[in-house]
Amino acid sequence: MKAKHQRLVLVVIALLALIGAGLLAAWALRNQASYYYFPSQIVVENPPADRLVRLGGMVQEGSIETLADGVTVAFVVGDGEATVPVRFSGILPDLFVEGSGVVADGRYQPDGTFLAENMLAKHDENYVPREFQDMDEHQARDVIAETVEGS
Amino acid sequence: MIAEVGLVALWLAAALAFAQFVCGALALREQGREVGQLTRPSAIIQGLLLAISFATLLYIFAITDLSVKLVASNSHIDKPMVFKIAGAWGNHEGSMLLWVTVMVLAGALIAWLERRLPERTMQATLSAQGFVALGFYAFLLFSSNPFERLPTPAQEGLGLNPLLQDIGLAFHPPTLYVGYVGLSVAFSFVVGALVTRQVTPDFARAMRPWVLAAWVALTLGITAGSYWAYYELGWGGYWFWDPVENASLMPWLAATALLHSVSVLASRDALRTWTVMLGVVAFSMSMLGTFLVRSGVLTSVHAFAVDPERGAFILALLCINIGGALVLFALRAGSVAEGERFAATSRESALVFNNVMLSAILGVVLLGTLYPLLAEAFDSRVSVGPPYFNPVGAVFTFPMLAIMAIGPLLRWRRDKPARIWKPMALVAAIALAVLVVTLVQVEIAILPLLGLAFSIALAIASLLPLRGRKLRRVALTTWGMVLAHLGIAVALFGMASESAFSSEKLAALSVGESVVVGEWIVTLEGVEPTAGPNWTALEARLSASYGEGQSSIVRPQARNFYDPSQATTESALLTRWNGQLYAVLGNASEDGRWQVRLWWKPFVTMIFYGGLLVALGGFLAMIGHLLAHVRQRNIRHQSALRRGLEPAQ
Repeated sequence: MKAKHQRLVLVVIALLALIGAGLLAAWALRNQASYYYFPSQIVVENPPADRLVRLGGMVQEGSIETLADGVTVAFVVGDGEATVPVRFSGILPDLFVEGSGVVADGRYQPDGTFLAENMLAKHDENYVPREFQDMDEHQARDVIAETVEGS
Repeated sequence: MIAEVGLVALWLAAALAFAQFVCGALALREQGREVGQLTRPSAIIQGLLLAISFATLLYIFAITDLSVKLVASNSHIDKPMVFKIAGAWGNHEGSMLLWVTVMVLAGALIAWLERRLPERTMQATLSAQGFVALGFYAFLLFSSNPFERLPTPAQEGLGLNPLLQDIGLAFHPPTLYVGYVGLSVAFSFVVGALVTRQVTPDFARAMRPWVLAAWVALTLGITAGSYWAYYELGWGGYWFWDPVENASLMPWLAATALLHSVSVLASRDALRTWTVMLGVVAFSMSMLGTFLVRSGVLTSVHAFAVDPERGAFILALLCINIGGALVLFALRAGSVAEGERFAATSRESALVFNNVMLSAILGVVLLGTLYPLLAEAFDSRVSVGPPYFNPVGAVFTFPMLAIMAIGPLLRWRRDKPARIWKPMALVAAIALAVLVVTLVQVEIAILPLLGLAFSIALAIASLLPLRGRKLRRVALTTWGMVLAHLGIAVALFGMASESAFSSEKLAALSVGESVVVGEWIVTLEGVEPTAGPNWTALEARLSASYGEGQSSIVRPQARNFYDPSQATTESALLTRWNGQLYAVLGNASEDGRWQVRLWWKPFVTMIFYGGLLVALGGFLAMIGHLLAHVRQRNIRHQSALRRGLEPAQ
């Protein structure tokens, strides 16, 4: 094989691999487009319970309660239009309070509750996640900050 | 007064960087030969000036000079000394100054030591380096001046984010910066070589130690960052696919590819264009990383400076540097393309394959990281997380691991498949056996299962190059490769084991109550208040025993910092040879029980030991190449002396 041909073969292989990677990534990302939900979206779209999704919203005032087992917390997350009851078994992130913003990874149950597996926690007052920038000012002020995957 | 010294040094250095750029550029013309000689001294003096400037910053943080804005807003008089000093780079301005300091010191080192390249290529390289530095000087002086004074001095300072008050994190950013900056040096070499059309094995050999150093530093930085996230954030995870983490992973992937292709260029004179291209890509990734971290365009768990103006500045730098380099590349690619040929079965081929796979993984991570930005342009909100990165990344990672096992056994240029057939069949058989045994023993997801099988196979395969050789006579560079590959296998084993076999228990315990997690029995002995220099905490005393063994005490804390007021959870870790017990203390419930979260993570420490092993491998390879270079120079020197000639420089 001539040097030129060899180079051509290499370039073609590299291009094919990269295009393949791009297509695969694009396809996977399309599926991910429904990864992040606000309460008003999740109640309409009902993602199946076997899919891990992320729910973001504000914790309703007066809704946090610890269940009898001492480790499960129930609360309601809303976005002004709809609300979703959430259950989370775990250690709550630092500074998780009523009226604050919250982001939770988990699964949406057929009965309309959200079973959170991980919660994103507030760590710093100076930082507002982009997910919350459209909320009104009062909410945005309290919104969770530098979010860290908490548990 | 002392802060102004730092600022003046910075301005002088910026002026020198400009001179270095102009002189280097002029030297490309015949008439400019003499001004070109000014590039080396100006790079060296710049290094000294920046050392002074950074020392000034350290000093004003050490004495907590509260008339300086940066100190007042990021430090506190009551802070422990080590965190006062680390506070110097635990913020935007300080970390940018650190970045430029490391970069300019690296430039000074090249100017002082590097004699392998033709003088004109060297001058073009330094000129490019001056140009890149100039952008960062402008950034510092016009938009992020670390030495800015306050109209009236502050009283005690605002403090440093408590999460950053951790010894691991204090030294993690400087390590990453050395990595980023090492890639900027590689970039300058590439530009220099393109300008003078000298993309030669000599160029690759001159660039290689810098790529290796950058790669080692990035490896260490990523490992340290991952360990920090693991024990400090209290969620027990070591990788989150967060944009800031990806920002360090992407340059690492590019640097890994570059490292391998530079080796091919240095020893076989092939893959010239590809190496040059990767040099540009690797530095683009480190600048893109800086942009993502600094601009706050992406939601991130640890982005800490959200400022659109700064983001725009870095984006502009990114476009100028990378755009310029790509234009240059397009103009010159044709004239540097020819290189040595190699057969389909050869070590070169394996390295090409590895390069392509690394690039594909890089593309996957890049798309996933930027996708939320793209989606937002079309008015939709997306977070891209592990459900995307893990499976899509794995599609390219596993083939790469397979080739990683085979590549080192192949000969350069041309090899017979029959020669490596037997060892490979053995390794594959072992992998298959692990796969079957694991599958029969436990219920396990596909990725961890493959991870276990591949890690054991790769561990064995990576030791094969040592077989039948006297270990003491194996070259340092070979040891480096073997250890780095082994390190990847070890880390992979840790990851697979952690995700397959971890057990977790969440409990509300009264004092005296016990709970079982994995092989462990853990008892809550009590919860007491305790205090540190700038925090108070509740500390749980948990006694933990593994099976029938002796019990040990672990003490997780829930800390409250003051100035700034903030709560953190301090996890407690108990390390055994076969894994770690991880304990976090939560809130008390109304009936006096305490929430405790426990994990038993088998072999989780392997992830971090693996990272260290990879870095050690890179370090040995770097030393090996430098020693070989010195030895060669001595031989040439001696033989010149013997022939009665003047020894050449």
